[in-house]
Amino acid sequence: MSTNNFLQEIIESLPASHRNVMDKDTAHLVIHHNEVLGAHLVPGLDVQAEPIEDGVNIKIRVDKGTVIEKPVHMCFGMVPEEGLQKIIINAVIEEDAAIEVLAHCTFPNAIDITHLMDATIHLERNARYSYFERHIHGMKGGVKVVPKAKVYVDEYARFKTEFELIKGLVGDIDIFYEGFVKREGVMDMMARIYGRENDRIKINETCHLEGESSRGVLTSHIACRDRTNASVYNTLTATAPFARGHVDCKEIVQENARAKAVPIVEVAHPQAHVTHEAALGSVDSKQLQTLMSRGLTEDEATELIIQGLLN
Amino acid sequence: MGILQVKDVSLKLGDKKVLENLSIDFWEGHIHAVVGPNGAGKSSLAYAMMGLPEYRNHEGDIVIEGSSIKSLPVDERARLGMSLAWQEPARYEGLKVDTFLKAGSRGSSRTTDEALDMVGLEPEVYKYRAVDKTLSGGERKRIELASILMMQPRIFLMDEPDSGIDMSALQKIFEVISMLKKQNTTVILITHSLEVLRHAEHAFLMCHGKLIDKGTADKIIYYFENNCLPCDHQNQPLEEEIS
Ligand SMILES: Nc1ncnc2c1ncn2[C@@H]1O[C@H](COP(=O)(O)OP(=O)(O)OP(=O)(O)O)[C@@H](O)[C@H]1O
Ligand SMILES: [Mg+2]
Repeated sequence: MSTNNFLQEIIESLPASHRNVMDKDTAHLVIHHNEVLGAHLVPGLDVQAEPIEDGVNIKIRVDKGTVIEKPVHMCFGMVPEEGLQKIIINAVIEEDAAIEVLAHCTFPNAIDITHLMDATIHLERNARYSYFERHIHGMKGGVKVVPKAKVYVDEYARFKTEFELIKGLVGDIDIFYEGFVKREGVMDMMARIYGRENDRIKINETCHLEGESSRGVLTSHIACRDRTNASVYNTLTATAPFARGHVDCKEIVQENARAKAVPIVEVAHPQAHVTHEAALGSVDSKQLQTLMSRGLTEDEATELIIQGLLN
Repeated sequence: MGILQVKDVSLKLGDKKVLENLSIDFWEGHIHAVVGPNGAGKSSLAYAMMGLPEYRNHEGDIVIEGSSIKSLPVDERARLGMSLAWQEPARYEGLKVDTFLKAGSRGSSRTTDEALDMVGLEPEVYKYRAVDKTLSGGERKRIELASILMMQPRIFLMDEPDSGIDMSALQKIFEVISMLKKQNTTVILITHSLEVLRHAEHAFLMCHGKLIDKGTADKIIYYFENNCLPCDHQNQPLEEEIS
């Protein structure tokens, strides 16, 4: 298959609203395996993508004070059924700069694909970084996804990330994020995953609230059906005055699935405050009966509640 | 013969007798009120009629148009045309009002905008909000009613339509009830409110799981006038209870 065909298949696998990633006025970066198929930058945004053996080493810099108006699109994919893709990202969002990234990771035909991501992200003082990553997998479940990130949030900076995997089978996912937040900084991490069949989901997120009045929120909403196995390990530590944090883990468990949540909240300053809530189990009975009293079958009602949770 | 009949229904939840030998006929296209003090068993009666899991294990029978529905689960009863607006409606994280309203509409011609308008909620403001805990109690109750309006059931059980509802919204709800009456919907209002009771053609007074009295709304109004709260009817003969 030629590079052009790969590009076309990757674009076609995206949701209709995102197929314009290659437009001239949209900053973008499209990578297939270890090849850059398309790249377009805007002033103040510097991206260097260097192919390595099984992937790409990407350096991203947003210049001091640059606010990138439109979301930057990134697309990582593998069209073949098998292979390894390794994405190494080093991002620096300089002081007062702001960027929003919409990333799609697409493996529409995967039978045995491993996608590794290793990111180091540094938000300088008062920088903003919002990163949304949507995965599109096929229905064969042959993807192993291992995203790792270390995030440094400086004073007054805000980091927000959302990870979504609700279309296609998860396969095997192992998320490992760790963040360090300084004074008045904010870290907000959200994962929404729909596990089916033999999917295996593991989330390990840690946020260290080290600066005065820093904020952290770790949210995981997971639906587990069939024989899915999901474990969520969330750690939140607060060691500075007025640091505030919250861990929220909701897992709907159906059929023969198994779910586990291990929240660790640790406070080492009397003026810090962290909370956690975890709810694991079947769909709430009142929610279910209400929808059934409108004529939905139990399955239809369950599906609607799950879609809401993952919305 | 009523469209919906409760025939000698008794229900125990744990050790508690929640409904005791209860028989009520609800007439097609009429508006009924079920009144009684807290804990009388009004909601339990509504749940038993709707067929909620823990409430199906009752003695006696519940019948729609002559056929027993006792063995039918909630969704099948709904598909026969019965629905329930809950006293304290469920909240759904992430589920949009628009999606919630459409979920039960099954081919009904009414739009979500129309249904929201009818309960006095501005569609543009509410349609894309979530049916979650950010809605106030009254807003959530009105969305519950809008959802029923989308579904257009033949038999509509409304558990405390007025609780947490402000005066102007209550007027909207009365308009909705009159409209349902015109459309020949059988309405069953469960209530503590004299005002709601006045909109009913027939009223039933319940206490401790039993039917104490029935008749026109005017007849049952004595319950409010005599401030029959709380009551200790349980161990007394029926005649004394009413006098
Ligand atoms: N699962 C249960 N187990 C035991 N007792 C129950 C259960 N559910 C309800 N009850 C009891 O049954 C009685 C009737 O409750 P129900 O909610 O039907 O009353 P109600 O008339 O709707 O009251 P209110 O006006 O407060 O809404 C109450 O005494 C209640 O405590
Ligand atoms: Mg009640």
